[in-house]
Amino acid sequence: MNEQLKTPELAAVEVDVEVGDLSRSDVILKGALAAGAIYGAAMVSPFVRKALAMSESGDVGILNFALTLEYLEAKFYEEAKSRAKAKGELKSLVNLLAEDEQQHVEALAATVKKLGGKPAAEPKFNFEYGDTAGFLKLAQIFEDTGVSAYNGAGPMIKSKEVLAAAGGIVQVEARHAAAIRLQNKEEPAPAAFDTPLSEKQVLKAVEPFLV
Amino acid sequence: MPEMKQLRDPVSRRKFLAVGGSSTAVAAFLAACGDDSGTTTTTTDSMGSGDGETAQFGKGDVGILNYALTLEYLETAFYADVVKSGLFKGADLETIRKFGAEEAEHVEALRAAVKQLGGKPAPEPKAEFPLKSAKSVLELAGTVENLGAAAYLGQAANIQSPEVLASALAIHSVEGRHAAVLNTLLGESITPDGAFAKPADVKTVLKSVEPFLVG
Repeated sequence: MNEQLKTPELAAVEVDVEVGDLSRSDVILKGALAAGAIYGAAMVSPFVRKALAMSESGDVGILNFALTLEYLEAKFYEEAKSRAKAKGELKSLVNLLAEDEQQHVEALAATVKKLGGKPAAEPKFNFEYGDTAGFLKLAQIFEDTGVSAYNGAGPMIKSKEVLAAAGGIVQVEARHAAAIRLQNKEEPAPAAFDTPLSEKQVLKAVEPFLV
Repeated sequence: MPEMKQLRDPVSRRKFLAVGGSSTAVAAFLAACGDDSGTTTTTTDSMGSGDGETAQFGKGDVGILNYALTLEYLETAFYADVVKSGLFKGADLETIRKFGAEEAEHVEALRAAVKQLGGKPAPEPKAEFPLKSAKSVLELAGTVENLGAAAYLGQAANIQSPEVLASALAIHSVEGRHAAVLNTLLGESITPDGAFAKPADVKTVLKSVEPFLVG
């Protein structure tokens, strides 16, 4: 085992919540050397940028970030029940997705409270589409973004319980993404690795839908 | 969550467990931790002692990566055999080719990651798969992909290195996508576990793939 690689990573996972960003940033920078082996050298710099772009610290911040995305998805599918003009198989899919996202919202809000935090308020959203095709196009963006958002946040999560639970959600988001992509006649799994996105990148992606 | 004996962050854990009671949503969320499922992980390897349930594959993250590598070898071999079988044509064949190519990429990435950590990549297991009909093959593919996704999920919280975790997550969600496609082809639910996917432990996973191992 290469101690130079291993040690900073172990230090990273033992960093206390109160220690703050400095040591964590330092640790991520060092640890990013190892990321090159997995993603290829070209990925190191984006990885670092992504990892450091997380604006809120701690698991509550990450959970509230995820909660905001789930609010968006839940509202989107709830509206879609009456707006998307979905029929047959797609209608069932919309109902399933609405139900799953609503469960994610409730679970995340409850978990934030358990950690002693205050759940993020639900933003107001505006989804502009006029037909089924427009709905599906947005759904694909939201689901793919959701997957990348959770994947980007995962390594920042401190609690193993929260990480395991977030993993259970992201896999469901990935399944949604694949199902929506099939509806769009797109590759359901376009790449061997789902790219992680930073909070900033995710917020930029969803900003047009916030009122 | 009795299986989680040690934690990276004791402060968070105390806060997490401090408040009693639960709503349905919380119960479901926590179920994703595996505390009430039949596939609960039993590892106590959270502090890198190397004695986790993947210990037979190596210490710490190397063991987890080699465990994943072994599964990816099997998936890659399976899809290659399915392509050769001639049971599929057209769009379905293309899907199978694509998934097989992605599993092969996972193999390469995992091998490189093991080496980067100073470990030795696990050997490719010899395997044979029953390829009787298109339907039975799709069913097997569905089983394999859902199991693969659950296997990654079962290990995510055991991974020490943030970089290894980032890579495992990037693969995990792709396995989830594959699983959803196969479930769709089979006319089954894309989310068989509901809104929160359940993990599978090493023992369960290895037992499931054992029938396909040769020698």
